[in-house]
Amino acid sequence: MNMTKALIKRELMSYFATPVAYVFIVIFLILMGTFTFYLGGFYERGQADLSGFFNYHPWLYLFLVPAISMRLWAEERKSGSIELLMTLPITPWQCVLGKYLAAWAFTVLALVLTFPIWITVNYLGDPDNGAILAAYFGSALMAGGFLAIGSCLSAVTRNQVIAFVITIVVCFGFLLAGFPLVLDMFSGWAPQAVVDGIASLSFLSHFASIKKGVIDFRDLVYFSLLIGAFLYANTIVLTWKKAD
Amino acid sequence: MIEINGLTKTYGQHTVVDDLTFNCSSGEVLGFLGPNGAGKSTTMKMITGFVSATAGTASVCGHDVGNDAIAARRRIGYLPEGAPSYPEMTPGSFLQFVADIRELSGSRRKERIDEVVARLHLEPVIDQTIDTLSKGFKRRVGLAQAILHDPDVLILDEPTDGLDPNQKHEVRDLINSMAKDKLIVISTHILEEVEAVCNRAIIIANGSILADDTPQSLAATSRYHNSVRIILHSDGRFDEIRSAVEQLASVTEVESIRNESTIIAMTKTSSERQSGYDAWRDITELAKTKGWDDVSAQQESGRLDEVFRQITGGASA
Repeated sequence: MNMTKALIKRELMSYFATPVAYVFIVIFLILMGTFTFYLGGFYERGQADLSGFFNYHPWLYLFLVPAISMRLWAEERKSGSIELLMTLPITPWQCVLGKYLAAWAFTVLALVLTFPIWITVNYLGDPDNGAILAAYFGSALMAGGFLAIGSCLSAVTRNQVIAFVITIVVCFGFLLAGFPLVLDMFSGWAPQAVVDGIASLSFLSHFASIKKGVIDFRDLVYFSLLIGAFLYANTIVLTWKKAD
Repeated sequence: MIEINGLTKTYGQHTVVDDLTFNCSSGEVLGFLGPNGAGKSTTMKMITGFVSATAGTASVCGHDVGNDAIAARRRIGYLPEGAPSYPEMTPGSFLQFVADIRELSGSRRKERIDEVVARLHLEPVIDQTIDTLSKGFKRRVGLAQAILHDPDVLILDEPTDGLDPNQKHEVRDLINSMAKDKLIVISTHILEEVEAVCNRAIIIANGSILADDTPQSLAATSRYHNSVRIILHSDGRFDEIRSAVEQLASVTEVESIRNESTIIAMTKTSSERQSGYDAWRDITELAKTKGWDDVSAQQESGRLDEVFRQITGGASA
């Protein structure tokens, strides 16, 4: 655990040693605000809640989370530092976990910095703060899901652009897994059970209840399993082809 | 300390390291020599566990690098080729990170960090980002990281590549100063380096060991071994001296480099020399009797580069 902690510390230091962290956070906050107030119609709805805010989280994450995850392993590969890291007395799983948790902590930090919108809604009305907290929690969990996918795919290539694009495509698939766009690709030939299985993988349907403030145990299990599975796959990819 | 048994690495059809077997122990400074692409780096990557072997085993201090990887890596300090590190970090924070992973704590941690910083003269750049450092400093940061935990086994992949002569000298001094109680494996294609720091040299090409001996014995297999180099300080007597030397019974062959006013007299093999043929003795006597006073001569111990070319000839494509 100590080594994972050391790695998390190093990773977080690296985020803030370069402009990446600041650029990301500023863009994230600007886009969050823009989406909430213009597309989400925060004022027009005339309701003291943040559904206009949380509605756009999956779509923002779709583009912003791969921007964080793309560098996780592709950059280590490209610079050769992966050889240094993987020959230190640290297991691949500790490496994967450390880098992942650091990226997640960073994303959660960006999310937490959207707190002025929570202050705003409390100033304007009397929202259900428990529901908002639950929705924040669900949003962080979903970001974790996107990040796990991105981390795994970043380990496949040394090219950050490829990692970015592939992650967006795969995350897009997961977002819309419950929708005809994805399901139509399978419904023609796959058995109904498979189609149902794919439909149940949808980020959007699992986020749908969380964003209203309802934390369903099944949604928690879903995101936890998804994160666990992709991090496990990440470890395997890394062990197999760390030197390529 | 390192035991390598039948170590093999293939990529598809291509065999990079082919059934390598050797052992080495504490106190040795092993030079790993070979043309580019000979499999030096791949072998080192397998010993450090970065690349997994297709067949065979490697163990470090009794720990198999495949099954007992973490224990093996604790004993190893490794400088990968090109000394990669994290460019956005400073040498100071980078060493702190490595100390964290190496689980150094308390007074020993501070002691070790202070020592490597002093030893590699990193004080002036300790708070600069590694990105902005010169090649020499980057290499030194990599070395500092490798020796931070005072490992029993030090594996350095081309530690002096790209350094200037002063820096090369410093790195060699560093290696020499640590050589006593460690096993140090360095790969290089700079032969003078092997002569300067190694007490054992393994020449590999196409993934196989071609020679394994001390640098001195390897050099002794050179045809220049014990040859006499005669340098003339004035012109005029070149041909006279050359033909006189050629006629000596102990001289087998004469090479002349006219524009350097140099004559090299090759001599017999060592077994023949033991039976009384001594080119050095004969030539110095000849010089005395003929009164060659503007001539200097020296005996050569052999040339590693010549042996290297001869052994690996045709291997470097």
